[in-house]
Amino acid sequence: MNRFEYVRPRTIAEAVSAAALPGSAYLAAGTNLLDLMKIGVARPARLVDLNHLPGLDAVEHRPDGSVRIGAAVRNAALAADPAFARRFPAVAEALLSGASAQLRNAATAGGNILQRTRCAYFADPDSACNRREPGSGCDARGGENRLHAVLGWSEACIATHPSDFCVPLVALDAVVEIEGPGGAREVPLRDFHRLPGTAPERESALAPGELVVALRLPPGADRFAAHARYVKLRERTSYAFAVVSAAAGLRLEAGRIVEARLALGGVAARPWRAEAAERSLAGAAPDADSFRRAAEIALADARPSGENGFKIELARRIAARALALAAAGTPARLPALPASPFASAPSGGLHG
Amino acid sequence: MSMSVTFTINRAPRTIELDDPRVTLLDLLRERLDLVGTKKGCDRGQCGACTILLNGRRVNACLALALSHDGAEILTIEGLAEGDALHPVQAAFIEHDALQCGFCTPGQVMSAVGLIEEGEAGLDPERVREGMSGNLCRCGAYRGITEAVLAATRAMGATTEEDAA
Ligand SMILES: Cc1cc2nc3c(=O)[nH]c(=O)nc-3n(C[C@H](O)[C@H](O)[C@H](O)COP(=O)(O)OP(=O)(O)OC[C@H]3O[C@@H](n4cnc5c(N)ncnc54)[C@H](O)[C@@H]3O)c2cc1C
Ligand code: SF4
Repeated sequence: MNRFEYVRPRTIAEAVSAAALPGSAYLAAGTNLLDLMKIGVARPARLVDLNHLPGLDAVEHRPDGSVRIGAAVRNAALAADPAFARRFPAVAEALLSGASAQLRNAATAGGNILQRTRCAYFADPDSACNRREPGSGCDARGGENRLHAVLGWSEACIATHPSDFCVPLVALDAVVEIEGPGGAREVPLRDFHRLPGTAPERESALAPGELVVALRLPPGADRFAAHARYVKLRERTSYAFAVVSAAAGLRLEAGRIVEARLALGGVAARPWRAEAAERSLAGAAPDADSFRRAAEIALADARPSGENGFKIELARRIAARALALAAAGTPARLPALPASPFASAPSGGLHG
Repeated sequence: MSMSVTFTINRAPRTIELDDPRVTLLDLLRERLDLVGTKKGCDRGQCGACTILLNGRRVNACLALALSHDGAEILTIEGLAEGDALHPVQAAFIEHDALQCGFCTPGQVMSAVGLIEEGEAGLDPERVREGMSGNLCRCGAYRGITEAVLAATRAMGATTEEDAA
């Protein structure tokens, strides 16, 4: 790890002005940043510590029906907020399928959306990586790429965004609240993470020095609460990122789908909202045929970026699975996730 | 530049001068305070051997910057027993043969204490297995660990609402 200057601001204004100096990085829990610093992938000259800033750690249910999640709210605390979990069960389910209990106790909402890709070449300073070092090439092309993107990738970069949390959030039209040297502004989460194009090093809509202060779910985002699920396919319970995942929300009336939401994780450099698929479900019967058709539409533009063609069919099946589970109804309590290293034999279905 | 940080570690106040901002809580405990019960396994948040309670919640000490947690309350494996009386989780680990080489054990024990405190798993073995999945055991003592956590939960009088689950 490189040596760095440590700054502990006491107000948002102090934080923003400290971070405006080149080479600065915000430190939330550090579960991603310190990890990358240990291996020399991140080398900030200055850490601006967010852990002593007041006012960023509240979950506010507002009278207009919106919910504001402070950037410093811990992943575990958000999932355990009873009102939040009741109104946004798929978000809680996504949080609880991420990382491990220890990491979720530390990790913050802001840090989660800003976590970096888990591409192995990005994490290896000796490999060519356009995202880490613009213009150096991409060793993932022709390398180990079975978990890489199948949507929205470019010749320059085929990495995915690894967050579980972001997937239901993007399905529910979350908005990112930002403070920066130029004042306050907002960006819809769906536009927050950038597709790689020719500049994969530009990962998000944040300008240098800008601070995420909160995530907001708009009024009415809880109308899917009765039929909302997150399904994550992965290789182990802890420490395994999604191979593919899907968040689904449905509004059902008289046996028909009135409105649907669908987003995919692990398939692109951003959480992937599938709006055409959502439209195909409006007015349809909540059955296997509708869900399979929606899944086909969601993956219509998908193409392998390497030896990962299998992810396309996997993503279709997980999308259809998430929709079917959502149609069956949000369970009163989330089932225990299978496949812990503690489990002696596979027990039950995927998020059953 | 030296910075001073203050913690309450195993119920005792400690003020430490740090000459280097890079020190993690794990390195602070092991290398500055000689509290080597907290183990360094992967040092990347991937094994759980360094689990401690930070302000009452289980976290990986290896991915926490010491400076950042100035003022925090820390409980490590060394602070768990009351004198010679083992904590119920420690006693249950011995009773249920929940270890072989012992390297992951302090992390497993601290994680179990955190899990029982969270109260989400109760006596449901499936939830205990999931809740403990942030702690790897290379000897594969998982079965004994699960039994020990369940026994300790019972001994500590936690709710039995999950009994029928
Ligand atoms: C072993 C392991 C397994 C994991 N598994 C999963 C998983 O399955 N699913 C999943 O979703 N995640 C997983 N994670 C990732 C984890 O969720 C992230 O590390 C965590 O959410 C990051 O939050 P943090 O508070 O620690 O952020 P930090 O590490 O402190 O920061 C991350 C980045 O965000 C920036 N940042 C932080 N807060 C702000 C802010 N408010 N404004 C602007 N910039 C900010 C930092 O500068 C840094 O670049 C895993 C991590 C580990 C180590
Ligand atoms: S896929 Fe993207 S992150 Fe991975 S090596 Fe290529 S450029 Fe880097």
